[in-house]
Order: sequence, then structure tokens, then C-alpha cells
Amino acid sequence: MAERELKRRPAPQREAQETEEQEAPTTNERGEKLKAELDDLLDEIDEVLEDNAEEFVRNYVQKGGQ
Amino acid sequence: MALPKVLGIETEYGIQAVNVPDSNPTSAASLLINAYVSELAQGVGWDFEDESPGRDARGFVRDGAQAPEVERHLVNTVLTNGARYYVDHAHPEYSGPECSSPRQLVTYDRAGEVILQRSMAAARRILPPGQEIVVYKNNSDGKGNSYGCHENYLVDRAVPFPRLARLACAHLVTRQIYTGAGKVGCEEEGAERARFEISQRADFFEEEVGLETTLKRPIVNTRDEPHADPQRYRRLHVITGDANLAETATFLKVGVTALVLMLLEDDALGPRELVLAEPVRAIHEISHDPSLRTTLELVDGTTLTALELQWELYDLARKYAEERGLAAIGSEDEGTEVLQRWEHVLGALESDPASLSRELDWVAKYELVNAYCERHGCGLDDHRVAALDLQYHDLRPERSLFSRLRVDTLVDPAEVERAVTDPPPSTRAFFRGECLKRFAPSIVAANWDSIVFDVGQDALQRVPMMEPLRGTAAHVGTLLDEVHSPAELLARLSG
Repeated sequence: MAERELKRRPAPQREAQETEEQEAPTTNERGEKLKAELDDLLDEIDEVLEDNAEEFVRNYVQKGGQ
Repeated sequence: MALPKVLGIETEYGIQAVNVPDSNPTSAASLLINAYVSELAQGVGWDFEDESPGRDARGFVRDGAQAPEVERHLVNTVLTNGARYYVDHAHPEYSGPECSSPRQLVTYDRAGEVILQRSMAAARRILPPGQEIVVYKNNSDGKGNSYGCHENYLVDRAVPFPRLARLACAHLVTRQIYTGAGKVGCEEEGAERARFEISQRADFFEEEVGLETTLKRPIVNTRDEPHADPQRYRRLHVITGDANLAETATFLKVGVTALVLMLLEDDALGPRELVLAEPVRAIHEISHDPSLRTTLELVDGTTLTALELQWELYDLARKYAEERGLAAIGSEDEGTEVLQRWEHVLGALESDPASLSRELDWVAKYELVNAYCERHGCGLDDHRVAALDLQYHDLRPERSLFSRLRVDTLVDPAEVERAVTDPPPSTRAFFRGECLKRFAPSIVAANWDSIVFDVGQDALQRVPMMEPLRGTAAHVGTLLDEVHSPAELLARLSG
């Protein structure tokens, strides 16, 4: 969109995040790390997920809400 | 000048009775709350004197058009932290105390989660082994039934309501790109079901402006019940929000909305008016598109995305901050924090949304769901994925998927613990909560804007609290410490 392209983002005011970013790993490394953590998490989830997913989901009915 | 933004948040929790015979949602919710309250020392009921949910901000009162908000025979109590905890429409509802900043609000919202967790534990102690009442902090059962997480903002009565409705709408429609809690499965009639949605609630909005909260839900709710001096104040009741678990999402939901309302009060939302041509369609379409590419049409004929609209609001807010300051949002520091986090989140949504998986609920859930589907080779219509979605919101620590995602927190757990029992010091909730702590046996009932005492005289004594920023620790803390009885308190207050 032309309007969007012409628009210049204000200079970021990120004092708080800048200090964090200096020490943070690069995006790629961070991505890899997150992916590894997600893998561990999926192992955990397979263990704690409700045993009978179909029945659990079917029984979850919430009538009368705002 | 914009009014100081007194803020509130109220959550209806999803509830499931597991292996409890002859249970219905209302009895389960009652058991849950009673179990918690009966373990506390004091029990004070709610006072219905000033409730008028049928009053419409557009200037009329609807008679009998809506059932009473709360059935009076059901459990309904006031807590020492200033909150109301009760059964509403078959759900347990926690209405947090009035807060004076977004951070304080996040603390009291988290305290509500702790109270619900303790209620589950208390119910387990009452129920036979194997039976349990489980609580979910979400807004949909995936079968077309929704329950709310409502926000409240103190707004200057001088702002004409039609103007408020016209200008707040675009924000309430587009803010879901950071406030959404994420959902698997569309619940809009006739729409394709198997898809990921940004918002739990968006599918349920059918009108632009209106009084309802349970059917034909409007984007801008017109309930005119200020619970404060009606000559000076309005309480904007916002019903579009999702119940968030991620603290950053709650902080931004309330912080940015408060900022936008400040701009509105001070006539700083312009000169270009951001008014959507079709807000109901827009709220649905934005939710249906996690790629954030959907464009929206404004009444002036231009189009832009939800993200671009939020950037426009951000630019106006930043300009406002430079010219007038942000003290009305709690403090300059906190106002600046709202601006910085808002800018950070919009920038990341633009460049790398997945990088927000530790900050926003919908992104955390989206990443989780996608990874699960990839690992198990299943689609979004798989029962396990629906179960995963529900279990993200399970408040039991051992079952909660959210708590396994190590999402960033903003508030100190010790402060949350204090907020379970102590009221915020900076609003009238302080007076309500402290009176309950000290004089519960002499308090007949309490509500948002008054407390009724019985001090042994012929007539009950009602103490009105029509100013949300009076009755603070600075205002009545010394007085409360000095008096030795409720009768002495009442004498000093009237003296």
C-alpha cells in the first residue's frame, strides 16, 4: 500500500530493550534455541494432554455466559 | 484534561465438574466459591441497591429487556482485596478491584487466578476422592458458547457517548492482534471451521453498538452504570476482550485502551478520524487471519491493515505523550512503559510475529499448535488439537499448558500474593477491603460505591463511595489505624 510505504516509522525508543538485545544471541541462534525448547515441551505435552481428547473436548460445554 | 484512568477487569471462568454426579454448572460454580469463602474468616454479601444494568448510555432505560445480571440467591461475596467473587450465568466470576495503573491491574488479575486455583484446591478437600471441579481461563467452549472477560475504564462524562463509541470502535476491533488469546476452530455460522483464530471472542460480535452482553453482542457496549458520581463519570464497559494468561497481553490490552481513551477525552484522536466502514465484518476477518494481511476499509474510503491502524494510533499517542504527558495512566513511567511495549509488539508483529511467543497468548498458542500438528502429522480438526487449545487455559498448575511455555512475566509473584488479600492502596478499593479486614462482623453488605454497616443502632449506616479515587491509603489509612470500632469509624467519617 502506497500510504504505508510512504509512512516512516518514528525512531524507536527502545532503551529498555537495547541493553537486552546487546547480550541476546542472534535471531537465528535464538530461533534454534526456541525450537529445541519447543521439542522438549511437545514431549511434556504428550504426557499431560488429557487421555481421551475426543471425550474431553465433547464434554467441555459452557452454556450461559456473557 | 483526561481523567486519571481508574481501571477494572472481570473474568468469567470456564468450569468443568469431573466425575461429580448430578452436577450442573451453577451448582459446581457455587460449590467452588463457597469452598474458598468458607475457608476464609469473614463472609460479607453483595449489596444490589445501586445495580442498574438496563440503563443505556444512549439515554434510555430498558424495562425488563434483560434478565437481572445476577440471580440474587446465588453465591455473591466481597473479598478483602476489594474484589467481588460470585456466580454469574453459571460461571464463577472474579471482578477485580478498582486499579489506578495497568501494572496494578495485571497484579490483581493474576491474584484472581490464584484465588480460582485455591478455590479448586478447597473444593477438592470437600469432594470425595476422584471428583474435581476444574477451572479454565478462556472465553469459548468451541461449540458456539462464549463467556466474557470485561474491562472497565473511568471516562469523563463530558465526552458525548456517540463520539466515544464512534472513535473507540476501531481500536476495540484491531487491538486483538496483541490481545487475542488464540483459538482453534471458527465458531462463526457458515464459516470454515478448521482454522486458527487470533481471538477467542471475535466470532461472537454481531452489532456495532448496543446494550447486550449475552446475545447479539456489540463491539461498543452501552451499559450506563458508572458505579460513581453519574454527573462527572462514565464507566466504559468493554466486552470485546479475551481473557489473557500472558501478562504482557493484559498489560497492553488495558494500558493501550486507557491511552486511547485519554486521547479521546482530550480531543487528540485526529484530525483524521479512524472510523471503520464495517466494524463487525472487520473484527471477524482480522481474527481469521494470523498472517495479519487482511485490509479494512475506513468510512473515508481508504484501506489499511489492523497493524497499520494500530501504528496510526501509536503515532497519535506518542505525539500526545510529548505534548501533555502520561500521568493519567498511573505515572509517567508507566505511561512510557505502555508506549514502549506497544511499539515493540507492533514492530515485532510486522517483522517477525513468532518472536512474540513469550509475550502474546495467540502467538504462543499458534506456535504450539503448529509444532504439535507437524510432529503428529495432524490437522487443526484433530481432537487432540482442540484438547491442546482448551488445556492451554487449564488453571491447574500440573495440567496448564500455558505455564509450561515460560511466557514472560511483568509482576512480582510476591505482589500477586499480597494482592490475594490486600486491596490496591490507590483507589477506593482500599477503604472497602480494609473495612472488610477489620470490621467484617459489622458489615451487612458492600458494593462498588458503598458499604453498609450495622453498628447496633436502629438504622443501618450506608457509607457512600462515589469518588473512585477517594478512600485511598493516603486518604483514610491513618483514620483506619486510629479507630478501634466501626462505630468510631462512622462517627469520625461524619464528623
